[in-house]
Amino acid sequence: MSTRERVLWIVAGIAIVIYALFPVGWIVSLSLKSSADIANGQFLPTSVSWENYTQILVGDAAELFLPALRNSFGIVLIATFIACVLSMFAAYAIARLNFRGKRLILSTALAVAIFPVISIVTPLYNLWRQIGLYDTWPGLIIPYLSLTLPLSIWTMSAFFREIPWEMEQAAQVDGATSWQAFRKVIVPLATPGVFTTAILAFFIAWNDFAYGISLTSTGAARPVPAALGLFSGASQFESPNGPIAAAAVIVTIPVVVLVLIFQRRIVAGLTNGAVKG
Amino acid sequence: MTTTTERPGTGGAAPAPPEGTGTSDKARSEQRLGWMLAGPAFAIMLLVTAYPIAQAVYYSLFDYRLTDPANRSFAGLNNYLVVLTDEIWWISFGVTVFITVVTVAVELVLGFALALVMMNALKAIRPILRAAILIPYAVITVVSAFAWQYAFSLDSGFVNSWFSWLPGVTADTDWFGGTWSSLFVVCLAEIWKTTPFISLLLLAGLAQVPDVLQEAARVDGATWWQRMWKVTIPNMKAAIMVALLFRTLDAFRVFDTVFVMTGGANNTETVSFLAYRQTIDRLEIGLGSAVSVLLFLSVVVICVGFIKGFKVDLSQARGEK
Repeated sequence: MSTRERVLWIVAGIAIVIYALFPVGWIVSLSLKSSADIANGQFLPTSVSWENYTQILVGDAAELFLPALRNSFGIVLIATFIACVLSMFAAYAIARLNFRGKRLILSTALAVAIFPVISIVTPLYNLWRQIGLYDTWPGLIIPYLSLTLPLSIWTMSAFFREIPWEMEQAAQVDGATSWQAFRKVIVPLATPGVFTTAILAFFIAWNDFAYGISLTSTGAARPVPAALGLFSGASQFESPNGPIAAAAVIVTIPVVVLVLIFQRRIVAGLTNGAVKG
Repeated sequence: MTTTTERPGTGGAAPAPPEGTGTSDKARSEQRLGWMLAGPAFAIMLLVTAYPIAQAVYYSLFDYRLTDPANRSFAGLNNYLVVLTDEIWWISFGVTVFITVVTVAVELVLGFALALVMMNALKAIRPILRAAILIPYAVITVVSAFAWQYAFSLDSGFVNSWFSWLPGVTADTDWFGGTWSSLFVVCLAEIWKTTPFISLLLLAGLAQVPDVLQEAARVDGATWWQRMWKVTIPNMKAAIMVALLFRTLDAFRVFDTVFVMTGGANNTETVSFLAYRQTIDRLEIGLGSAVSVLLFLSVVVICVGFIKGFKVDLSQARGEK
């Protein structure tokens, strides 16, 4: 690679970093502007103010934001956990057993993944109101499974297919019991796949807006994205932009932390299930 | 999970399993175990999608609004007639198609460029690029929509003052005051958020193009463009098609960004938004269901079109190979 080419690729790399971080930097910057400073027409605040954060964490907007944050964490973590356990069994069967219906299960997962969420929202809205699941945690956890299960099943099957399962038998030949072989050999090999899947499932459920806004009506179950979407309409405080930006920054922190720690695995997980040849 | 009865290494050739009963017993128990393990996930997927869509089809045949549930009456295909003869449906359909075509086209080119840079970047900076590119993917769509909206908005934006040198942009340019300028910002936000996904899929495809082919073409004196068009792209057609299909389906369902940015004002309503508004705001379950079913059918048509028209091999997407 010539020096000129090398410089070119580095410049392109810097452009990518700016592309990816610019809007995030902007929302952070906006969240640090005081209400008098919001309209300064500049990217950066004139002086840094924590006013927006106090407003959503302890001030007027706290009663809207904090329950939403609790709902988001609770509902998303439970949905992620259930999806991972169910798809772990399914993926094990798909990767290791020979049974009729394997293709049917994988095709169904694909069909569910491309399903338009809004088409499900209308009937669920009606059904949930009739059976009392409207505006409850389970009322969101169940539809979140439809978002997370298909991806979890693919991703985990792709990972499980690459596990050298013969090692389990090899360990048994060496005198391990079948439980020991499973726990000491297979579990460590399977853990990264399960873990990666959990992260991707978390992202998807954390991102949901359509279910959150349609199937909840109060702070009892409304997750953060839906609460953010409704902040703008409410005129409880003067300009909602600053507090919304602060809330947006707070809900972005968990995903950024996950990305920074697990980037390699996330990329493997995203590309493993979708394009394999 | 595996039975411990098979103990290899007992010496000598293991006796062949008796034909018939033994193998089919094993096959049958494997069949049962397979469904026992995969069944719950399968059942839940069906329950949360097949049942609601069947329900939506059913409701779409009724004149039914939640504010007046006692007067539910069978309406046949009338709801579809009402929807399909209404200008609102066609505007929202047009807007959805516009957003889909623009974003997917731009994302394919941009995503390919990003993938090329990541592919060729020095080893040392590759992790930085990878982490950077995952950030838009992981940021909540609603947050991205707010970030872009506030950047362009009159009361808190900086875009107008930064780009005032462009013709047509002044300090009071109201981006959300018209259809096309609103859609422009919506598309920008969508492109920013979803290009990383497409570029990662393309990167995986790029990595599969054999190096020897590139080398051979280089030896034969092919230019960079020729190698790109004649070697790289044809060899990653499958990856490109899968990425395109996934993104098209995803783009067609656009909802979050439009909800946050414009709320459907100035004719920027998309099909998903229309379905939402009919059901949740207006409580017109019958009409809303009809729109939902039409949205579902559009997605099916796109999917079938891709598979038949472009011969997308979904066994790859399903991870069967």
